[in-house]
Amino acid sequence: MPKINEYSPIIGEDTIEELKILGEKLSGKIIQHINSTSVGGGVAEILNRMIPLMNELGVDARWDLIKGGEKFFNITKKFHNALHGVPVEVSEEEFDFFLQVANENAQAINFYGDMIVIHDPQPVALIKKKSDFGGNKKWIWRCHIDVSCPDPKVWNFIRQFVCQYDASVFSAPVFSQNLPIKQYLISPSIDPLSDKNKELPQDIINAVLDKHGIEKGKPVITQISRYDFLKDPVGVIAAFKLVRKHIDCQLVLAGNTAADDPEHDKVLNMVKEKADSDPDIHILVIEPSNNDIEINALQRASDIIIQKSIREGFGLTVSEALWKKKPVIAGAVGGIPLQITHKYSGILTHTVEGTAYWIKQLLNSPEYAKKLGLNGHEHIKNNFLLTRHLREYFLMFLSLYHSGDIVYL
Amino acid sequence: MSNPFHFYTRLNLTELLGIKAKNLTELLEGIKTVSGSSIYYHTHRFLQQHHFLSPEPPNDFAYWVSNVLQEEKIGEQLASVDIIQFKKIHDLREKFISIIEQYLKKKPLQKEASDGAEFHFMKSVTFIMPTKYVANNLAEFSEAIKKISIYSIYFHMFEARLRLEKGENDFSNWLENELAETELSKKIAKLDPYTQTLDSLRQKIIFFTERRINAKNK
Repeated sequence: MPKINEYSPIIGEDTIEELKILGEKLSGKIIQHINSTSVGGGVAEILNRMIPLMNELGVDARWDLIKGGEKFFNITKKFHNALHGVPVEVSEEEFDFFLQVANENAQAINFYGDMIVIHDPQPVALIKKKSDFGGNKKWIWRCHIDVSCPDPKVWNFIRQFVCQYDASVFSAPVFSQNLPIKQYLISPSIDPLSDKNKELPQDIINAVLDKHGIEKGKPVITQISRYDFLKDPVGVIAAFKLVRKHIDCQLVLAGNTAADDPEHDKVLNMVKEKADSDPDIHILVIEPSNNDIEINALQRASDIIIQKSIREGFGLTVSEALWKKKPVIAGAVGGIPLQITHKYSGILTHTVEGTAYWIKQLLNSPEYAKKLGLNGHEHIKNNFLLTRHLREYFLMFLSLYHSGDIVYL
Repeated sequence: MSNPFHFYTRLNLTELLGIKAKNLTELLEGIKTVSGSSIYYHTHRFLQQHHFLSPEPPNDFAYWVSNVLQEEKIGEQLASVDIIQFKKIHDLREKFISIIEQYLKKKPLQKEASDGAEFHFMKSVTFIMPTKYVANNLAEFSEAIKKISIYSIYFHMFEARLRLEKGENDFSNWLENELAETELSKKIAKLDPYTQTLDSLRQKIIFFTERRINAKNK
């Protein structure tokens, strides 16, 4: 794991100094994070990176897990889907079982933190313990998922607990809710020093292109995402075919293998059918073990990156591409409009035809495309790196001890 | 002996207000009722997040009305609000209200944003912190301006003037009141920080200050 000073050449010493000052202001407080898993998934990835940096900055941050068997996690998976707006039937018995496991965890966990950050719906009901401590602890619910159009029954069940927290945190404005507690906006982030985002030597990039038979010297348009209807890979191929009537270019679609996604094979087969063995369409399924470096190389080798999502949690692949100074054309959904301001730091589209139009425009206007990529890079540097994420967590913790919109530290 | 200038910086945390607008009437209602911190946030967000861009995108209200509602005429009117002319958030709010109200009188039929594209009202919680930089004279002032973060420049040029409603930026106030550098103070006050990047603003302040130092040394 990188040390905090290793970020200094990227974001400047001033910003590191600010983080150190904020860390000092929090000294003596214990931050206790609680979620449901230590490996796999975005929350675990964020906590694995952030907690060591928080500790290095003098903040005593620790991490605990709830326990729950297969039945509990099947129920919380249903909650997850329902909060994403997928129609799901949850029985009264399942709500009761969720509460029973929450009670068991509430008894088993030692709540030692001054600030307790509960991540996502699985441990949300631990807030029942709040009254045991007489208001001495600050409780925060950190929602990492898209709750813009939740199933009302499941949301109302979760909401009764959320309302008891001191504050909540959402990743995008569109996810905010009508709640009687404070709601903060803290977007996710990318780590510029991770394998997925660090600088790569040209020979590694070339080796990845050679491995997948991608021609050098012919424009490359790429979408990185798992094979999922909501990422619209079929729409990307349709847009590519419209472009290729006028401009010679290649399309790369690259995604993970996803053993836990029952729709993966179905979508992949549809994509292959749509591609119709076109030698300029490269459909790649990348093994998780090689994933990060290969994805990094493919992004860096591309002329344009597409993220034609129909629905999106946050869409950090957009930040990854912009960080690499690539012009990005993306669907205006979820957290993508936070990352792209249309025609300033990328292009937002709504249709196949619009996507094709902008691919042609950018391929024929390389100076403008370059400017979009450079602006996008600056925007990500200022707003979507791990260090900004850390800063906002620290500010949010501090805000719980101050009132008013202007705080003198 | 004049009082030294202490450089401060500011960090922002965004608070979601849970209020959204689907059309111009709802946007107007929101603008009338949200706190001054929210009006400040939506007129300065692009400036803070895209401070490297010039020309930069307009205020949030104009961007949403033009790009989401596709109401280009009023979008242009909202974008052209000259924020530098306003010394109080209250007056800035009234300006936006008057533009939208006049438009709605003439054009009561309204476009609606699609689901997920509504305008979400937010506000900034601002944390102000001292930096290690202090200036006792023009030379130290110029050196410090070269070293402070853009957030510090932002704080003294924008936040102090409009959000803290001091009427003028902190640099001009200090130069005038502590160093009696009236002309330099006016030159910096005259800069329109809304039409250039923060780094270009920094370069201009350094240029004016060093020119004044050279003139005094002759």
